[in-house]
Amino acid sequence: MATSELPVTAETAAPRRKTAWQQFTRVAKRQPLGVAGGFIVILIILMAIFADVVAPYDPTAMNYSAFTAPPGSEFWLGTDQMGRDVFSRIVHGARTAVFVGFVASFVGAGIGLVLGVGSAYFGGKIDLIFQRVMDIFMSFPLIIMALAMVAIFGTGVDKVIVAITIPFIPRCARVVRSSALSVREMPYVDAARSIGYSHTRIVLRHMVPNVMAPFLIMITAFVGQAILLEASLSYLGLGVQEPIPAWGLMLQGGAELYAESAPWVAIFPGLAITLAVFGFNLFGDAVRDMLDPKLRSQ
Amino acid sequence: MHQYIVKRVLMMIPTLFGAAVLVFFLMRAIPGDVCELRLAGTGATFDPDALRLCQLELGLDKPLIGQFFSWIGGFFIGDFGNSMWTNQPIVDEIGLRFQVSLQIALMATFVSIVISIPMGIISAVKRNTWIDYCVRGFSIAGIAMPSFWLGILIILGLLIGSQALYGEPWMPPISYVPIWENPSENLAMLIWPALATGYRYSAVATRMTRSTMLEVLREDYVRTARAKGLVESVIVNRHALKNALLPVVTVIGIEFAFLMGGLVVTEQVFNLNGLGKLFVESVSNHDYTMTQALVMLVALIFVLTNFFVDLLYAWLDPRIRYS
Repeated sequence: MATSELPVTAETAAPRRKTAWQQFTRVAKRQPLGVAGGFIVILIILMAIFADVVAPYDPTAMNYSAFTAPPGSEFWLGTDQMGRDVFSRIVHGARTAVFVGFVASFVGAGIGLVLGVGSAYFGGKIDLIFQRVMDIFMSFPLIIMALAMVAIFGTGVDKVIVAITIPFIPRCARVVRSSALSVREMPYVDAARSIGYSHTRIVLRHMVPNVMAPFLIMITAFVGQAILLEASLSYLGLGVQEPIPAWGLMLQGGAELYAESAPWVAIFPGLAITLAVFGFNLFGDAVRDMLDPKLRSQ
Repeated sequence: MHQYIVKRVLMMIPTLFGAAVLVFFLMRAIPGDVCELRLAGTGATFDPDALRLCQLELGLDKPLIGQFFSWIGGFFIGDFGNSMWTNQPIVDEIGLRFQVSLQIALMATFVSIVISIPMGIISAVKRNTWIDYCVRGFSIAGIAMPSFWLGILIILGLLIGSQALYGEPWMPPISYVPIWENPSENLAMLIWPALATGYRYSAVATRMTRSTMLEVLREDYVRTARAKGLVESVIVNRHALKNALLPVVTVIGIEFAFLMGGLVVTEQVFNLNGLGKLFVESVSNHDYTMTQALVMLVALIFVLTNFFVDLLYAWLDPRIRYS
């Protein structure tokens, strides 16, 4: 599968190997938005990994002498209504957002991948029933489904991940199924069957690797959605719970009340969510453009 | 065509039935029940007799299968039951909120169409120029921005803007009035959530318009139109747009269906009493009957919208004939 950013012809035509920088500028020229998104994604991930080093204060420490202090040299983005440093909370919130986003989208898309390919491979009645069940799951808005899951499992980081993962499964399974249908007709699948390989082996070793493109596209699209969903649930008070710093939680309760007197409490966490999801979406779009030959133009 | 319609209507039944089974048993999987919550709410000491009496009244003591079929049976005679939390008829409770949600969904869909179609066309025609990048950036920002944050920003903007213009802060009205009673007050309240959600939902439609326009602009008949010397604006608006709009119709239709039940967060920010808020309340109160009715309503709207979109498709595109 040609997943490299460069068309094969360009590679063979130029005998001199391009340096990494030349390759990078070439990609940047074709996908300026994607590269910008990639930078944001890297920034957010680094922020999440090195949160302890980057954050100047403890995200849960309350400073009783500085309630809703405006942004300045002491508190870069000000403090909230409990005297906690907004910047430190945003940095630590990145950790929660990235963790929830990645785990939920990888697990959700992974399960969807296996189910989708399996359904296409077995076909017939199994496929028909499977599709109907997916239809039922899909007929609810994402947030409603996640809310129902939260009601069953409860709140907290681990439960939020489950609540976000489950609605992702049918969404990925459906897309993967449709491309797996054409893979099933490939001669090598027939060959594998005639050798007498088990169903599991054919599905996992022969079919799954050939539907990687839609799978990767779904994953990159899911990460942004998962971050947004986690923020929404936390904002409603049904997601991540205090004292764990999370972006949605920072906007809950106080933010609207203090909107006028201390707008930084409301503005910066929202900006962090928007920037993160924006970055992941731009990056995901670029990945889709590169992986999907139908959309690859010129 | 008639056969197709009948087939489609029949196909809705398993989906709706599945949704009914799903919500019924999901609700029962939530730990605790409505009676425990009701008794805990009164602050009285926990009396097992009262709990049993309450469960007896609501029919929660019966076997699950029996409860399920008596609930489903109610649909056929138009009996949706009472809310287990407030004891009011569900039809009345939902009716109030339905108005609000429907109006916002319609207005938001309108906003989304007004934003997405022109932007998608411009972005496709000026492809890979800075205009295209700006439009795409603007529309991706719409998906990236959490609706509650956009709501907070709008409220903040209104407060600061009115302070600067009139010298005193202005906030949208808090209580809902139907549009036929007081149109200006109704719009003053609902236009903001409609703008916020309309912008957010325009993103998907903008991208769809852009990609289908790009496809259509490469078609032979567009080249023919250019070759015979037609003005570019006529080619774009008359020849290309008409053919590019079909998938956009689907996207907008599905969005409308989701808007009816999925505005949970926006309703929270703007303090609106719509279906989404009712849903959150009824789930947290373990109000089985209300949650079930709401889920069935959302599923029904979704299924019906899909059906009408398909019919619209056939009507808009004579090449599509369902058989």
